[in-house]
Amino acid sequence: MIYGVLALAAGIPTGATQAMSAIVFAGSSQVVITQLVGQNTPGLVIVLTATVINLRHLLYSASVSPYLQKLSTSWKLLLAYLLTDEAYAVSIMHFQEESPLTASYDASIDVNLKEPADNQNLHWYLLGAGLALWSTWQLSTAAGILLGAIIPTSWSLDFTLALTFIALVVPYLKDKPSILTALVSGFTALLAINSPYKLGILVAALAGIIIGVISEGKR
Amino acid sequence: MSIWWVMIFAGLFTFLMRLSFILLIGRRDIPSLLSRTLRFIPPAVLSAIVFPELFLTNGEVNISIDNARLIAGVIAIVIAWKTKSVVWTILSGMISLWILQFLLR
Repeated sequence: MIYGVLALAAGIPTGATQAMSAIVFAGSSQVVITQLVGQNTPGLVIVLTATVINLRHLLYSASVSPYLQKLSTSWKLLLAYLLTDEAYAVSIMHFQEESPLTASYDASIDVNLKEPADNQNLHWYLLGAGLALWSTWQLSTAAGILLGAIIPTSWSLDFTLALTFIALVVPYLKDKPSILTALVSGFTALLAINSPYKLGILVAALAGIIIGVISEGKR
Repeated sequence: MSIWWVMIFAGLFTFLMRLSFILLIGRRDIPSLLSRTLRFIPPAVLSAIVFPELFLTNGEVNISIDNARLIAGVIAIVIAWKTKSVVWTILSGMISLWILQFLLR
């Protein structure tokens, strides 16, 4: 809903705002795209920044893949489209309860494999969770578009962007390396605020990530 | 690049990342350096966006009592940490901002 309000405030047309919820279907990157569009950032930088934010989906993909190996390609395509943060979070817990992985070693390709216990119905769970989240997301985007058209700019609703990100980032700050990452990245972003093509966010994020990995490695 | 192309490419890359291991590599584990690095991406990117939103007023760093967004943001961080709730974080931050803007006017 917040996304719908913000997108309208950034001057993105109503149709494009709604379409983005179906095409990109990833909350935090949609909010970032919205913010960068509002600041007239070059398209290439926007795509790059949004892609970097969504790199975490590689982890989700790797994590659920053992459970989906026996499915047809069209099932895999559909479930990959629906694999959001929330769908992943509820599904992987269900998968692990229903069908714990057991390690096995495949000498022919020299890799350690993880095999789930046989269970034919796990993918229906991900499909259900994914479709429920998809419908909710589309409806709440529409609600945000309606709301955004009513509320005047003097209410400073653009600040909900920073607040949304605060709510998203704080749960990640569980240990020293991640807190260090957030601080280094944040202050670098302030220093790099006038960098060309709005690349400051990416440069700052990179600095933060490097510090995080190094400080974790030292422990 | 128009907003439509931005959406299409961002959506396509996101989809391909979600699909990657499911379709191609199958049952192999993700390399450990990669997975260790990925964990730092969300806090890094989100902080890089939040800090300028809080600290800058008209493009200048503003660390003073006049900066209502910075104070409201700090209150929201404390609430986020205590409640772990997106709704309470946004509500407390917006209400703080409105009160501060009223007081500082």
